[in-house]
Amino acid sequence: MSIPETYTGHQGLRTEEPLIFEQDTPGKSGVDLPEPETVSDALGGVTREGDIGLPGLSEPEVVRHYLRLSQKNYSIDGGMYPLGSCTMKHNPRLNEKMARLPGFAGLHPLQPQSTAQGAIELIGETARWLSVLTGMPGVAMSPAAGAHGELTGLMTIRSALEARGDARRRVLVPESAHGTNPASAAACGYTVESIPANERGRVDIDAFRKALDSDVAALMLTNPNTCGLFENDIIEIAEAVHEAGAFFYCDGANFNAIVGRVRPGDLGIDCMHINLHKTFSTPHGGGGPGSGPVVLSEALVPFMPVPYVVREGDTFRLVEDTGESDAKPFGRVKGFHGQFGMFIRALSYMMSHGSDGLRQVAEDAVLNANYLLAELGDELSAPFGGPCMHEVLFDDHFLKDTGVATLDFAKAMIDEGFHPMTMYFPLVVHGALLMEPTETESKQTLDTFIGMVRSLAAKAKAGDTDFFHEAPRLTPRRRLDETAAARKPVLRWTPPAEEAAE
Amino acid sequence: MRYLPLTADDRREMLAAIGAASVDDLYRDVPKAARLDGPVDLPPHAGEMEVDRALSAMAAKNLPAAVAPSFLGAGIYRHHVPAAVDHLIQRGEFLTAYTPYQPEVSQGTLQYLFEFQTQVAMLTGSDVANASMYDGATSCAEAVMMACRITKRRKAVISGSLHPHYHDVTATSAKFFGVNLVSPGPDFAGTEDLAALIDGDTACVVVQNPDFFGRVRDFTALSEACQAAGALLVVVVTEMVSLGLIKSPGEMGADIVAAEGQSLGNAMNFGGPTVGVMTTRQKYLRQLPGRLVGETADADGRRGYVLTLSTREQHIRRDKATSNICTNSGLCALAFTIHLTLLGEVGFKRLAGLNHAAAVKLAGRLTGIEGVELLNDTYFNEFTLKLAKPAADVVEDLAGKGVFAGVPVSRLLPNAEGVENLLLVAVTETNTAEEMDRLVSGLEEVLR
Amino acid sequence: MATVKYTKEHEWVSIEGDTGTVGITDHAQEQLGDLVFIELPEVGKELGQGDEAAVVESVKAASEVYAPVSGEVTEVNEALNDNPALVNSEAETGGWMFKIKIADPSQLDALMDEASYRELLKEID
Repeated sequence: MSIPETYTGHQGLRTEEPLIFEQDTPGKSGVDLPEPETVSDALGGVTREGDIGLPGLSEPEVVRHYLRLSQKNYSIDGGMYPLGSCTMKHNPRLNEKMARLPGFAGLHPLQPQSTAQGAIELIGETARWLSVLTGMPGVAMSPAAGAHGELTGLMTIRSALEARGDARRRVLVPESAHGTNPASAAACGYTVESIPANERGRVDIDAFRKALDSDVAALMLTNPNTCGLFENDIIEIAEAVHEAGAFFYCDGANFNAIVGRVRPGDLGIDCMHINLHKTFSTPHGGGGPGSGPVVLSEALVPFMPVPYVVREGDTFRLVEDTGESDAKPFGRVKGFHGQFGMFIRALSYMMSHGSDGLRQVAEDAVLNANYLLAELGDELSAPFGGPCMHEVLFDDHFLKDTGVATLDFAKAMIDEGFHPMTMYFPLVVHGALLMEPTETESKQTLDTFIGMVRSLAAKAKAGDTDFFHEAPRLTPRRRLDETAAARKPVLRWTPPAEEAAE
Repeated sequence: MRYLPLTADDRREMLAAIGAASVDDLYRDVPKAARLDGPVDLPPHAGEMEVDRALSAMAAKNLPAAVAPSFLGAGIYRHHVPAAVDHLIQRGEFLTAYTPYQPEVSQGTLQYLFEFQTQVAMLTGSDVANASMYDGATSCAEAVMMACRITKRRKAVISGSLHPHYHDVTATSAKFFGVNLVSPGPDFAGTEDLAALIDGDTACVVVQNPDFFGRVRDFTALSEACQAAGALLVVVVTEMVSLGLIKSPGEMGADIVAAEGQSLGNAMNFGGPTVGVMTTRQKYLRQLPGRLVGETADADGRRGYVLTLSTREQHIRRDKATSNICTNSGLCALAFTIHLTLLGEVGFKRLAGLNHAAAVKLAGRLTGIEGVELLNDTYFNEFTLKLAKPAADVVEDLAGKGVFAGVPVSRLLPNAEGVENLLLVAVTETNTAEEMDRLVSGLEEVLR
Repeated sequence: MATVKYTKEHEWVSIEGDTGTVGITDHAQEQLGDLVFIELPEVGKELGQGDEAAVVESVKAASEVYAPVSGEVTEVNEALNDNPALVNSEAETGGWMFKIKIADPSQLDALMDEASYRELLKEID
């Protein structure tokens, strides 16, 4: 299919947009700032000489540039993301309005606490909602993202173990775990041991028991797991972990399946991070910012990092200094008080849904995923029997001998107006396709998605490999050469004169 | 419920297609003991108006530094953000986009991150920058870990003028990862000799410029001392606007720069979310944590952008990754780059000039007050005063009158000696003459 | 005339005197796809048999290359720094990774000869 050439290179509303550096006019600016008064400076002679190299554009040019860039992006506002383990749900706009209230956005973190009582109360209230939903007494609000929360949780565990003179060296992590789990354990100074999955997609209990000894500090489990399944034996596992004197860490990335229906505290979990940008709808923003508060059991609460909120009658106080209280915080994991702007959004979301709405969220999320399993299970290949939780796992068995890989299948979905599902994760099945619709997709959207996937599967089985290898065709860019990008990395724009000189 | 599209009919049809009697059936793998019969003990759902009312009431209990006369700094700065920035970042295609793992439909995100990486490298005088980190403090910790990996050493020398939060976060990481930190203690006197603390085990020396007390220095000599010992120089920047006027870390010989970008594009937000920055030399590229965006071509030969060098990262290397980091600060980085693009070379330098001129002016007025002594010989837009009374009391007093006089050093260094009377005062382009009048008269009154 | 032996992890070692030249097999490079970076060991490093010696990276994966025998690394193939693709195009010749001074020649007995390695490949496919 050939696209007509145009003089400009644009194609109707689809524009070709150069870099800002290629639109530079020296001397231009998109802001009006007065000339600074001449003062005798206090810089000690450590002044910058010469040009920085920043491009100059007027406001209309800047707005046009970013608007055009935005038009090249897929987003949840624009379409479904069936991304397993990501929980791409609708981002309510009320949350954005609340986060921008001047009484919140305009606060400096170090203004006297007496002048920011409403903010400290908000941090405490967000923590309280998370505590009740999870059935866990302590909440560390400061980690900036899920992986950061994992590391914080492990640091808390290690501090608790060292306090009782029982430092241990190993952490057990299932094969199916997200890469952040072993990475966080290593960052905390632990050696990681991998536990295989059984044929039912759950953690292999026998292998787990064999590996569990008095040198294991923690088991890190995701529940529901990355295959979209609830770990049936979790209470038994928790008991074994505790009997061995270890702690039970839970990766809370999949909390959307059970929020309001199951409390991790009731399962024997000691420590779980929550991704506010997953379960609690804070926007993904093209990759961040996130927020990863960690809920903690009684045994771990004394070791929680600073800062944390305490309530003294009607006053709220942020404890910032590790020496301030009888507790034994292990230190600080982030500058200032955590991702406050994300707390507002999450609390607005939680208050909007309420306890009844949150329970409905989990039920609809699980219903939607099981609907996909029911309607796609005959055309695709599901390695594990249902029911699944909020996400459904397929492998690439259905593509065997078609010459079409999971990757090619995914790229064809893009032309159909859908972002692909999670691919090649978890590693426990071959060519994984992990689909998580979330509760904010209508049945109509799901039916369209189902029909589209079925038609692509049929096409693949009919042998139309070129169709898949050439996909996508309709996007602002076709498949990009990631090999070349990695072999000869170009990570910034360089002025042409400099390039020519090289 | 307004965010849940499924109707009762939908649910019925879907359950039938699944072959389940009720949604409870789908939860049958949950142990009975753990199943909740009904909603947890929290309020039920609420309409927009009710939520708005409740949260607005909480917001109304605060006196935001954005609107009061404020001279608060210490790592977060009040700057004017042009109106276009917030409008642009709220476009759904930016706000609600996922991480750009499918580059064909993420060229918007990838291109702005490529532009961000370039701008940051230019500002800091570095070869390469990543696509942002959580914040400046965690970037600092990651910089030390990176230096340890590169040099295969396990000791770091930390300046006593590094922001205490940055020091604490780095110390926490170091403790768990097995890295030894050496620091001479808080250096408000400006007498530390870091070069003397470097030895054959030192992976890096970490300094900040302008430092926590506001001082501006040239670290070229220190970078040479580091090089001679096979150690790296890490320079921290907490106020990016300073780079419009003062020598860049790259020009001083920094090997790694760890910075906080909040000053551009981002409101203070009670300290988060913000945008961490990390840059380094070309030769250390593979040890840089975090996301990287690279240029390439597509199947039709057209220029495009992709996430690259992912094999450093956790989703591939797992326990051998350069870091466990999985997120960048996406939208905050976008706000930063839009603001900087609006400013341009001329605007950015002018902004820096305005900040410095305002600081010089105010410093001159403050030194005229009895009971106020300026400790700095050099500063950009923040300096340390020694008051005749404990700074925390002065600050509380003035806050009662609606003026935020600055950050008492004791708030961030509660256990240090000799800091009770020290006050950090930041001045930006947002401080009017009237605000300065109120600070001056407020201080005169309380110190009488 | 050099003898070539193979490991179960798809490394080959070509023995000449007490020096072994080590690389990955053609089968391995095909499985890995386009390689973008090779992390080579340091010259002088002492490796035990089965120790992680090198890492090969494609766009989406990183795989360990293990030392087929114990010994000291005497040379590495610098050409791979600028041209990792050489491992794809010439895995068993120009794409060699490092040379090792064989500490214990008896370790070679446990490795496969070419015929046995071909058998192994048949079983996998």
